[in-house]
Amino acid sequence: MTSAAPAGSELQAPSSKLDNAAIAERVIAAHPTVAARSSDNGQPYLLVPPAEIVRVATLLRDDAALRFDSLMDLTGWDLSKYPATPPSSDLVVAYFLHSLAHRHHLTVKVQVPREAAEVPTVSGVWAVANYFEREVWDLLGVRFAEHPNLKRIMTPDDWIGHPLRKDYAYPQSYNGVAHLREGQRFEPPPAPKPAAAAPPAAPPAPRPPPPASGGGAAAP
Amino acid sequence: MSSDLAIESAGGERMRINMGPHHPATHGVLRLIVECDGEIVSSATPDHGYLHRSIEKIGECVEWPMFVPYTDRVDYVCAMNANLAYCVAVEKLLATDKTTAVQVPRRAEVIRVIVAELNRISSHLVAVGAMSMDLGAYTPFLHGIAQREGVNDIFEKLCGQRLTYNYITIGGVGFDLHTGAVEEIESFLAQFEKEMIRFNKLITTNTIFRDRCAGIAVISAAEAVAYGLVGPNLRGSGVDWDIRRDEPYGIYGELGVRVPVGQGYAGRTGKVGDCYDRFIVRLLEINESVRLIRAALKLLPPAAEKPADPVGGFQADVAKALRKPPKGEIRVRTEAPRGEMGYVIVSDGTKTPYRVRCRTGSFTACSIFNKLMKGIFLADIVTVIGSFDIVVPEIDR
Amino acid sequence: MTEIIKPGNDEQVFTTTVDEFLAWGKENSLFYLLFATACCGIELMQTGGPRYDVDRLGMIPRATPRQADLMIIAGTITHKMASRVRTLWEQMTEPRWVVSMGSCANSGGPFSKYSYSVLNGVDKYIPVDVYIPGCPPRPEALIDGVMALRERVRKYRTVGIRDKDPHVVQGADCAFGSHPGKASSLELGASSPQGPKA
Ligand code: SF4
Repeated sequence: MTSAAPAGSELQAPSSKLDNAAIAERVIAAHPTVAARSSDNGQPYLLVPPAEIVRVATLLRDDAALRFDSLMDLTGWDLSKYPATPPSSDLVVAYFLHSLAHRHHLTVKVQVPREAAEVPTVSGVWAVANYFEREVWDLLGVRFAEHPNLKRIMTPDDWIGHPLRKDYAYPQSYNGVAHLREGQRFEPPPAPKPAAAAPPAAPPAPRPPPPASGGGAAAP
Repeated sequence: MSSDLAIESAGGERMRINMGPHHPATHGVLRLIVECDGEIVSSATPDHGYLHRSIEKIGECVEWPMFVPYTDRVDYVCAMNANLAYCVAVEKLLATDKTTAVQVPRRAEVIRVIVAELNRISSHLVAVGAMSMDLGAYTPFLHGIAQREGVNDIFEKLCGQRLTYNYITIGGVGFDLHTGAVEEIESFLAQFEKEMIRFNKLITTNTIFRDRCAGIAVISAAEAVAYGLVGPNLRGSGVDWDIRRDEPYGIYGELGVRVPVGQGYAGRTGKVGDCYDRFIVRLLEINESVRLIRAALKLLPPAAEKPADPVGGFQADVAKALRKPPKGEIRVRTEAPRGEMGYVIVSDGTKTPYRVRCRTGSFTACSIFNKLMKGIFLADIVTVIGSFDIVVPEIDR
Repeated sequence: MTEIIKPGNDEQVFTTTVDEFLAWGKENSLFYLLFATACCGIELMQTGGPRYDVDRLGMIPRATPRQADLMIIAGTITHKMASRVRTLWEQMTEPRWVVSMGSCANSGGPFSKYSYSVLNGVDKYIPVDVYIPGCPPRPEALIDGVMALRERVRKYRTVGIRDKDPHVVQGADCAFGSHPGKASSLELGASSPQGPKA
């Protein structure tokens, strides 16, 4: 009882796979602001200006030859300590698309400055983006404009800071309970050499003073 | 969250029920805020993060091989598959530069498939057992657990752990198979197949169980794709997609994976993509895993091929490559029991990863909960949660 | 204090204290709360399974804290979860016992160093009787911990004079794991965690 294609499902359509250059060409023809780039180890991607992302996403999903019907992953990272040329302190949001109809992939990236990290939401294009974007907002602090429910998803609502930013300061206490054990010292993670002077994203709000047993909590 | 929903009294009063984070049927610490009108659910909002252990941040703090034990904890029900996903991703990253590319020994590749499929069996056993337990049948669960012990025994001899194995390493596996492992695995499979017949008699063909699952929470193929469902949940909706077959990694390409899909197995009342289909797809995948293990055992090269390895493990020498991996990024997807486990790895060329991102099946499965649970009975919520086989650390990481 | 009296016929009569009698009953019916957060929970589940079968020790899982005597903290407790654990503990009836299973619940385990969200030891929120090390502890280790707990339950006095601080296992009599520090529920003070916000 294997792989009998269910009737009427066009998801099993015979593959008509496009390679990355062809996909890029097609997208750039419709949206000239999009640039085809490749990462330091030669992984191709499309760099899209933030304002264009919804239109590009809709095209990627709806164009008959592209048909990127699934958003396999949406994530982001902080470039501020990445040895990029030229150095930058931006945040990257990356969309990993896959087409079940044609069985091809695409990586789309958006780069936003960390002080005004805002990208329009694509949750209207792929429903699953709703969750992914909440996660990126929570952990990286990229705001998704017009998102239906942009709330923290992993950390508690009153958490301070966005942990996956490279300048994140570990909490000293939460809910009045110290983060570290008595006598435990905090060892800051091994810091790679900083590339660009990154201004702190959000001024850290005052925390309740740690209780006496707080140990020597020190922010990295 | 549901607190901003207006409570309207349309012939009755809405009630808000807090389900979890401590609830035996939520498989851990998932919290659902359920609003219902009588017995009909009008909304169910999942609340996550009760097990958010910052594994992705830890990935930025520890060295490349040191992260492998943490992948065990991303999904402990199938820790081997979780190890495998990360190790394959790092190997692919190293392969983007000729100077750092590593060649995994052939025997290690075969062992990887064997242990991954064994772990898939034991993971699916927990899934189907726990689902039947949620529906009130405790005995099938015990049968599942008893069989899982068989897999655990094999793994314990193999690597010394019952749950968090840390066995698959970057470039190979930690140790060679122990003496007598092949016979042990074969005899386990033989008695396991018999036991599954008993299990199926007990629960799968049970009318009460089937009727409670049939036609509940039907997901169409297009919906499943839009909500990013993966793995058995996606295949339960009739989408024929399995990364092991369609984008093979390791030696899966040689094994010819057969992919079961949902077909409305519950019969008259069943629809493609209902809870029963997801349940059956898991059972069929167990059968397929048994077949794959047998096929892989045939491919196992003799132990004499074992390379002389400086660290005593059964793996390619990656120490030098991991001190200076190529700068850049990679995205790799593998098929874990709960669907795609994909890693996005960004490397800045140092001995610690710059960013490790793990995409898991349970996280996206939760995104469809609210939509799916509108209009079903309160008692069916546990059926739906059980049929998705969510594991909470996979959601929260 | 228990004595066997032979009143003459074949019947045997025990005399004992009420306390000892109650403790004997409690010791042999440690109903535990079915509470698992993470990986250790799977081992807890397997301990309840057919091979290790803790039913034979009188341990039966209960779904609600109000029926449970024992809470086995199986798994990582995060900052977000901690106040819920406290709520659950408060809902259990006295006398209540807590076993902290696994490194995570003991001290944060593998996450204590680099994690921002994991509570480094559940004893910051609730008092713990027995700490079981391991990541995860084997079912045998869990059963060993439970046997040590039964020892404590046997010594517990309901109506007589109680231990001053019945909830701290001193390092010496805790052969299966070191005691990482005094239970610190008193530190909670004014900022004691609230129940779940609806
Ligand atoms: S102690 Fe280890 S096995 Fe137990 S919950 Fe923590 S990480 Fe998981």
